[in-house]
This record gives sequence, C-alpha cells and structure tokens, in this order.
Amino acid sequence: MRKLALSDEVLLSVEKPARYIGGEVNMQVKNPNEVDIRFCMCFPDVYEIGMSHLGIQILYDILNRRNDTYCERVYSPWVDLDKIMREKKIPLFALESQDPIKNFDFLGITLQYEMCYTNVLQILELSQIPIYARDRTEEDPIVIGGGPCTYNPEPIADFFDFFYIGEGETSYNEILDTYKEGKKQGRSRKEILEQIAGIEGMYVPAFYDVSYHADGTVASMVSNNPNAPDKVKRQVEMNLSEAYYPTTPLVPYIKATQDRVVLEIQRGCIRGCRFCQAGMIYRPNRERSLEYLKKCAYEMLASTGHEEISLSSLSSSDYSQLQELVCFLINEFGSKKVNISFPSLRIDAFSLDVMSKVQDIRKSSLTFAPEAGSQRLRNVINKGLTEEDILDGSGKAFQSGWNRVKLYFMMGLPTEKEDDIEGIAILSDQIARKYYEIPKEQRSGKVSIVTSTSFFVPKPFTPFQWARMNTSEEYLTKQHYLRDKIREQLNRKSIKYNWHEADLSELEGVFARGDRRISKVIYDAYKAGCLYDSWSEYFDFEKWQKAFKDNGIDYRFYTCRERGEEEIFPWDFIDTGITKKFLLREYRNAKEEKVTLNCRQSCAGCGAKSFGGGICYRSGANPEEVTNESTN
Amino acid sequence: MKVRIKFQKYGAMKFIGHLDVVRYFQKAFRRAGFDSVYTNGFSPRPVMSFAAPLGLGLTSDGEYLDAELVSSEEPKVMIDKLNAVLTEGFHVTSFHILKDREEHQKAVTAMALVSSADYRVSLKDGYDHVEILKSKEAFQKAFADFISKEKIVIDKKTKTSEKAVDIKPMITLTAFDEKEYRDKLSAKIQDNSQQAFDLPESTAEVYQNGIMVYLQLDTGSTVNLKPELVMEAFYQFQNLPYNKFSWQVHRLEIYTRDSDTGKLISLDHLER
Repeated sequence: MRKLALSDEVLLSVEKPARYIGGEVNMQVKNPNEVDIRFCMCFPDVYEIGMSHLGIQILYDILNRRNDTYCERVYSPWVDLDKIMREKKIPLFALESQDPIKNFDFLGITLQYEMCYTNVLQILELSQIPIYARDRTEEDPIVIGGGPCTYNPEPIADFFDFFYIGEGETSYNEILDTYKEGKKQGRSRKEILEQIAGIEGMYVPAFYDVSYHADGTVASMVSNNPNAPDKVKRQVEMNLSEAYYPTTPLVPYIKATQDRVVLEIQRGCIRGCRFCQAGMIYRPNRERSLEYLKKCAYEMLASTGHEEISLSSLSSSDYSQLQELVCFLINEFGSKKVNISFPSLRIDAFSLDVMSKVQDIRKSSLTFAPEAGSQRLRNVINKGLTEEDILDGSGKAFQSGWNRVKLYFMMGLPTEKEDDIEGIAILSDQIARKYYEIPKEQRSGKVSIVTSTSFFVPKPFTPFQWARMNTSEEYLTKQHYLRDKIREQLNRKSIKYNWHEADLSELEGVFARGDRRISKVIYDAYKAGCLYDSWSEYFDFEKWQKAFKDNGIDYRFYTCRERGEEEIFPWDFIDTGITKKFLLREYRNAKEEKVTLNCRQSCAGCGAKSFGGGICYRSGANPEEVTNESTN
Repeated sequence: MKVRIKFQKYGAMKFIGHLDVVRYFQKAFRRAGFDSVYTNGFSPRPVMSFAAPLGLGLTSDGEYLDAELVSSEEPKVMIDKLNAVLTEGFHVTSFHILKDREEHQKAVTAMALVSSADYRVSLKDGYDHVEILKSKEAFQKAFADFISKEKIVIDKKTKTSEKAVDIKPMITLTAFDEKEYRDKLSAKIQDNSQQAFDLPESTAEVYQNGIMVYLQLDTGSTVNLKPELVMEAFYQFQNLPYNKFSWQVHRLEIYTRDSDTGKLISLDHLER
C-alpha cells in the first residue's frame, strides 16, 4: 500500500485531506530508485485550481514519457496545513511518491498569474529549499519557472535558478539530457546552469546584471556570463496539430475547478486585442487538426470517465473547422450522455443553435465581453465586437428563450473618459430593452443582466506596455460613477453590477511591469504573512504597503507612469518574436482610435511570421504584410 | 436491471468523503464502459445509490452500491472490468444482478434495507498514553467492564437537540479477536454456512499493539449508532478524555434483518 507523508491525525485535522494524498486516476507510478531524474511540477495555488490547469498535464505527460525521469506534482498546501507543517517541521512532499521535494533534481513552478508569487515562496520554504537562488547548494533542486508570468520574470528573478521562456513542448528533453550528462560528468550546479543558459529560450537570472538610471528606469541589462545570450528567444511549438496531447489526464477525487475533459483546439489568437497579453505571446495562431482532436476526444473521455467535454482556446469561434468539430462532438457524445460545453463562442445563429442543443436554456446565460462601453474605446483596444453584434446576438438569443446575459468590461483603459464608462450602463440597458421588445406572452420571465468590471492592468509585450495604469482612487471614482449611471437607467432593476477589488489590481500592475527591486518587497510581504493573495479573504494590502515603504519603493512608479517610447523595459531581453516596433505602432494606432485587421484578414507585420507556420502561412490568410498602415 | 456491487475502501482512500466516492464511481462506470441507465436532463449521471455512507477516515470491506444497467455481462467479467479502472484503495469483491421484483413489490434501495453493521475498531500505534491502553489484557478488561453495564447512556446530539440515549441495546455483539467474532456472528446470521465467511482478504490496517474490539451496531435510517460514539462512551465511562484520532474504525459488513427469523443477512446475500 502507498505510504503517505502526513499522519492520519494531520490529514483528519485539515480541510479536504484528498488534496494531499495523490493516487488519482491516471497518476504515473514509477519506482523512484529506477530513474535518473526526479522532477516535481508545481502549480502554486490550492489543489483544486492547480489540478484544473492544462499546461501541467501536458508537461507531466511529456516528462513521464522518458524512462529516465519521474515527474511528480505538488500544489500549495492550504493555510490550515501550512500552519501544521511549519509547527511540526514537515518538509513539503510530492503527491506521487510522497517523498520530500528537497531531494528532487528539479522543482518546476508554473506562473499563471502574478498574485501567486507569495505562494511560490511558501512552496520553497515548506520544501526547505533556500528561498533565494543564490543561497542554494549542490544538494538543492534546480528551481525552474515557466508560464505567462515569465514574460516579465524580473520581480521574482532572485528566487529562480532559471526560467523557461515559451511553450514547454520544445526544450525539456534537451534540458534533462544536459542535466543528466552533467551529473554523470560530475559538473557543478553552476556549470550545469551555464550549459542550460546556452539552450535557446532559457534565462538564468544570475548571469545578467541590471543597472538603473537615476530616475529609476532600467539603464542596461547585460550578460555577465559568456554562455548567457543577450536576448532570450521565446520557444514555440510549431507542430501543434499532432504534438503531445495528454490523452490520459489525471482525474482528482475531489471536484476540481475544471471537472471535465479539456480539449485545446488551437493556440494563439488572430484578433490582436491590444490589452491582451495571451493574444500577443502565443502568436502565431496555430490550430490542431480536426482528425487529431476527434481522436483525442475519444481517448480522453474513455480514460477519465468525465461526463463533460469542453473546448479550450482564446477564441473558439475563430477555429476554422469549428462547425465540423461541434457537430462531431454533439453527434458522437451527446448520445453517450456526455455534456458538451463551448466557452468563448461568438454569439450568432450557429452558436445559438448549438447551445440550445447542449444546454438548458433556462439555466444558462449568454456571455459577452465587449471590454469597453463605447465603440470609440473598443476601437482603441481593437476589440472587434460591435454594439450591433451584441444587440443582434442578444435579440436572437432572447427569441430562442434565453433571459440571462453576462457582460464583462474593463475600466481604466487608455484614453478612457466618462462617456465610455457611461456607455457600459447604456449598453446594459439597451440589452434589457431588447428583451422587452419581445411580446410579453413570448417572454420567459424577467431579463437578468449581470455587468462586471475589472480593472485594466497593462501587461508586458502588449501595445499597452507603455500605458499609465489608474490609481486605486481613480478606479473607485470610476466604479462609483458607473454605479450611479446604472441607477439612472430605465431597466436598472434588471442590471446587477459586480466589480473587482482595486488594491489587488494595483499590486498586480506592479508585479506585471516591475523589475528586480520588487523581489525584496515580495520576500518581506511573505515573511510578514502574505499568502494566497489572489484569494480576497487572505489579501492584506496593508502588509504590502508596509513592505514597499520599508524598501523605499514608491509602487506607483511601476503603475502610474506613462513610459517614454525610448524606455528600456525590464523584460526587453526577451525576444518573443513580436517586435517592439509593432507593439509601438499598435499603441499609436490605439491612441488614434485606429482598428487593425485580424490575422486572417490581413497581416499586421507583428513579426510572428518568422516562426514559419500557423496562421501566417495558412491559405486564406492574406500573405501581404501591411507594415505601415492599418485600416480603419 | 438492478445490480448490487460490493467493494472495499482502504488505505489512503479513507480520506475520500462519501460525495466524492459517488462521483468517483460515476466516472469509473464510464471508464469501465458499463451500459448504465442515466438520469435525465442536461447533466446525465449513471443511476446508482449507496448503502450507509462511510465517514471520513474509516475503511471498509463491506461497502455497497446499487446501480441500474441496461445490460450486463457475467458477474466475473463485470468485476474485472470495474477493478481494471479503479485506483488503489477501491476494490470490487462481488457483483450480482438483483432478482426481478414482483410487480406489486416496491423497489427498495440499498440504503433502506440496512439495519446492522459490523466494525473492527483498532488502536493505532503511538496512542497508548493511558494505562488501559498499555496492554491487550488491560484494554479487554476495561472494555468488558464497560460493555457489561446494564445501561450505557450518552448524550446524543441531533440536528435540533441533545438527548440522553441508552445505546446498550444497539450494541448487539462485541468480541476481542477474530475467532470470537466469527463464533458469535455465526449464531446471528441467517446464512451461517461457511460461505458467509468465505471472504476475500481483509483490507483492514493491522497495528503492532494488537488492541482491537469487534462491534456489531444497529445501523440505518431509523436507529443508527456510530462506532466512534461507542468509543467515546467507553472513554467517558473510564473518566478519560476522548482522543478521536487514536482509533481506526474498519467496517466489515452491512446487514439487513430478516423480518421472519430476526436473523441478519448481508446485503450481498440478499435478493440473489
């Protein structure tokens, strides 16, 4: 029988002990004594969230295909277990073997959102691995960071031995081969890291020195090691259509956030919304083949027993064979009592027809993400959704029996004025009016509109990376303004307004565009008790403010400052393949309210074409590069 | 057709709560390719029901679920198919198709049938802090004193109130080792042939200290006594503070009572 790292008494004293016992369906079982490399993959948040993440499942699959490697998993212990582990000095362990992580060769941490940074420190500390990379010895695992936050890894650079910049499919084998050979040759930790720094896409922070101007901006970032290149090139898997998809994903015992089969139909997005980091850093858009997806769907449902299958992509409606795929799923699995869900579908006749087949109309709601309240501002952010699209879509849906609509907006977008905010209230009201245009006897009760606003956080490698972010005070003023405007609407009683916390967004803004000087703040805040910052009940902004103050850092330097066009950014050393020239051109277009066509309509010359595949070369896409002008 | 499946739940799976066990078997049925009858609606699930949900932290050799299938293969094939897709800690030991009911007979769920259950309660190693737990003999003497009382009155908490209840009549068997347990059990069960004891190896965890007690307790929707409550009463009788972590409760079997003979029949031997 498998032995557990925690005693019965500990497990029965904490909430949801199933988070810590492993043994799930499709878990990899290997004899740790028969492998050369022990790798622990970590999602630094609670189990139910971490287990829902597709990227880890892909890497788990890739790494475990190697006979010489055993890849295991760990997630953040919840606060109850955290306390017990500190009291009893229990080292953090991997779920599979239940062995302490400190004895592993690698600890790979995926960084999906900035607010998990204190959880990263928790993982390191509970594992009894020195928090700062510089304090680690030959005995400690090599700590790797990956995921979207590595597109500006500087605020957490001190805590990692290296970052893997880009998609995990391409280079792990080379890294592990290098490590294994290095160990065999008796190379030191530093020598191995030097070799890894030579692998394309790998960033070893210790091999770079950063200097600053008197005004606090970056003066230079230079390599201090001959093996470390000046630019680190983002890794992109160009053979997505057939490459590595885990057809036997893990199935947790307790209900995870994603309790279903998730089918990644494509990566990247053709749209080019100017606020969206994912839309830029996953370029070029690459589709998986229909035949491959069909095969995956069968295998995954059979191996997991899940009762639901869902599509994953940034914009499912843009998948070129969507109709075929959707019809296949409905015909093939609908009869087998499998529930099918289609997130991120554009609302049109086709999607309404599909949804009426697979959902309970009375219980489900329509979702639109206009992101901005006026057409002017939607042009600024290049969100190609018009008022007409939204009103027509809602009208059709209402006629088919829906009566619930969810709307998502951002506040604090560049150039935003009061009119744009008021537009959110007006649009919400117009949708409600659309509903009441239907004759009373054909309506199904009252309409319900849920309008949510989040605060815009400028991200690296987007056209808005130069933009000034609002202060939390400005956000609150805007929030109150909108609340009052909604109250003025005819259908105010049908509109529910939800908003996000401003402090949290402000901190996210600091981490998103921060530099290496932030790491000490993160360390201090963690030591002061900050953990699970993405959970509002645990977020303690006062502690954070104190940590900034103690370190003499005005955090608004990072958020509330419009950057000059010549400024060197902390993340400029990363070559994502998307040129800074393109991003700047897009920022100027934004200010001029000029729309840029999507990748299928016309090439905007972002630079992703250099990867040699995907949408840039697909038939139907305009091969002409439009480098100097965008069409309005 | 209705089928009854008996399974073991052991090892780390004692940390999986009842609702998650239900979800687990729903997915397991799909992985095994069972031809289930599904619930209606947009989130169809295989029709199944469980007898006497097991609490968190308990292990068992005698868990039951009733399911409805459109078609079935030979029991042996069905057992193998299901076991092939179960993880360590769940193991199916029997599968049988329930007899078709006469039309006037109402369908009875596994849960509604339950009237009694057997448990083995073992002291975990490292919890012998008190004198009566230092040796097997000391424990057996102390427990025998406790159980020989005419009445064992405890404060039983319900959702709305707390009331004094005599649990003594709900404890229908006690024994200190397997032989004693089997001897006493054979007098109580309807099918006292050897076959009732012809069970697969028990998954109960074995502790070095060897201190344990077998209990047969009234179980079900009308009268229900949990073994933890008996142990708590035992500590109370001994004037000792109760440590809920010190005992491992393992369920051995679940029974229904034959209304004519008053004898017990395991759910597995019913409606064959």
